[in-house]
Amino acid sequence: MKVLVPVKRVVDYNVKIRVKPDGSGVELANVKMSMNPFDEIAVEEALRLKEAGKATEVVVVSVGPAQAAETIRTGLAMGGDRGILVKTDQPTEPLAVAKILAKIVEEEKPGLVVMGKQAIDDDCNQTGQMLAALLGWPQGTFASKVAPGGESVEVTREVDGGLQTVSLKLPAVVTTDLRLNEPRYASLPNIMKAKKKPIDEKSAADLGVDLTPRLEVLKTTEPPKRQAGAKVGSVAELVAKLKSEAGVI
Amino acid sequence: MATLLLADHHEDHLGDATAKALTAARALGAPVHVLIAGKAPRGAADAAAKLEGVEKVLLVNGESYGHGLAEPFAELILGLMGSYDALVASSSTTGKNILPRVAAKLDVMQISDITKVEGPDTFERPIYAGNALQTVKSKDPKKIITVRTASFAPTGDGGSATVEEISAAADPALSSFVGEDLTKSDRPELGSAKVVVSGGRALGSAEKFKEVIEPLADAFGAAIGASRAAVDAGYAPNDQQVGQTGKIVAPELYVALGISGAIQHLAGMKDSKVIVAINKDEDAPIFQVADYGLVADLFTAAPELQAELAKAK
Ligand SMILES: Cc1cc2nc3c(=O)[nH]c(=O)nc-3n(C[C@H](O)[C@H](O)[C@H](O)COP(=O)(O)OP(=O)(O)OC[C@H]3O[C@@H](n4cnc5c(N)ncnc54)[C@H](O)[C@@H]3O)c2cc1C
Ligand SMILES: Nc1ncnc2c1ncn2[C@@H]1O[C@H](COP(=O)(O)O)[C@@H](O)[C@H]1O
Repeated sequence: MKVLVPVKRVVDYNVKIRVKPDGSGVELANVKMSMNPFDEIAVEEALRLKEAGKATEVVVVSVGPAQAAETIRTGLAMGGDRGILVKTDQPTEPLAVAKILAKIVEEEKPGLVVMGKQAIDDDCNQTGQMLAALLGWPQGTFASKVAPGGESVEVTREVDGGLQTVSLKLPAVVTTDLRLNEPRYASLPNIMKAKKKPIDEKSAADLGVDLTPRLEVLKTTEPPKRQAGAKVGSVAELVAKLKSEAGVI
Repeated sequence: MATLLLADHHEDHLGDATAKALTAARALGAPVHVLIAGKAPRGAADAAAKLEGVEKVLLVNGESYGHGLAEPFAELILGLMGSYDALVASSSTTGKNILPRVAAKLDVMQISDITKVEGPDTFERPIYAGNALQTVKSKDPKKIITVRTASFAPTGDGGSATVEEISAAADPALSSFVGEDLTKSDRPELGSAKVVVSGGRALGSAEKFKEVIEPLADAFGAAIGASRAAVDAGYAPNDQQVGQTGKIVAPELYVALGISGAIQHLAGMKDSKVIVAINKDEDAPIFQVADYGLVADLFTAAPELQAELAKAK
């Protein structure tokens, strides 16, 4: 079984982002970019399936600018076999990404797509569900455990009340949650090896997908700033203030 | 045309998320119909019918809807969307699971986790863990929207909608329910509690988390929350994680013990009315958002706080 892992290049999770003063967006120039953390978890899971003999090949795919090739390289350095870059300089909305990924799936015919539940830049949490819908496949979102059998895969999901386990007919789409695994670091020899692994390049136009955004961004603003309050000297003072000043107890 | 609101309910109990998502749904300006599908959900349908501004409740009693599986739900909703201009649900794990599936089939870009309705096609939503707010205008013919319930007040009772039973759609039979392990608790629900007491990595073990956080939460009548680090380490169950990728809460009072205040955690609680932080590091970032900060060892401060609360009441 081939496993396809879509990965997104996003602002590193440690960066404190800045909104542009003119409200046109978020400052992306000279900002550290990394693989979306949930996608690292997805790559790791695919590699573990391969190491367990349940997957044969791990293909890492990204939709984005030329630099997204670096993000794919990160996945190859972790142990992915080859990459596909769908190059575009336009901002990509989940619906368009899902359409592109559906085309890649048609070409590659993976048995399983493992991807992040959420990109930490747009916080959309939709691409995996959309891809599953377009393919007519089942979906196992917010996975904390993935156990493929012959014809199906059991997925344990992190849901509001706790955990839920579902069984999905293969092929299927799985989206990762934080507790699925702890991604490995790429070793230096593997980083070197990854430089020689192939990355196939395509364009959205080659695939016949229209990327025109459906959402027009009217403005981007800073959220209202919360004022830091005061330090209190003791627990007794804290309780007195919560009672008389804040009125919450 | 009308707006379809997918309700949050557990069997015949209607969750409070529905009344909050309804506030957003009504702001779109069209009549609102509520969809309730599940195993024996009659009680939930009757409760929804009483909410102010609901015109009609669609009730589907079907085994395949008992566990919120996305595939049969999407099929059911797609069959109804011919009569609706908009589909709304709360950003619960169920809403987040089902709605994008419907959106893709309708060739519509979903607007996720809105915090404000500025017009029938214009919405505000947070990006980058709430460090920026985006105002977006949808050009799609139908609107598919999930709602951050912490940003909307609940709609009250006052309606008397009709409840119409409709039939189930064919189950695509792609997925099936295997089992669940739900956290049982008599405490208030994290998403709607007036007070939340949260613990972080500093608690050090599941035993300590229980020993320190639980009685303090009881003293406040609070729900329990946790940081990702505490959940990852197994001190608290996953459904207690507060943050960018956990639950978003906005209680009257949020008490953070031994939590550093990473942006991903702040994303889930910085809209709380009053924030209290107890941390032994006076430079912990959590103090930058706290109304009341106490620099102390939580293992001595928590029991003291509990005792002071007992005196104050
Ligand atoms: C993709 C992604 C998503 C994430 N999503 C979330 C999320 O949804 N929610 C979330 O919370 N995090 C999330 N995180 C993790 C986040 O970045 C932090 O790692 C996490 O919040 C840290 O948890 P903590 O504050 O408990 O631990 P730490 O950062 O280790 O802080 C522990 C604090 O306890 C204090 N302390 C230690 N001992 C004591 C004592 N005896 N008394 C008092 N204080 C003490 C320390 O001074 C320190 O400030 C996410 C990260 C990533 C990459
Ligand atoms: N441009 C992209 N290229 C590759 N994968 C993507 C892209 N955008 C989103 N994804 C995948 O979809 C997941 C969810 O993204 P989102 O729906 O935007 O929150 C991510 O974790 C990725 O796995």
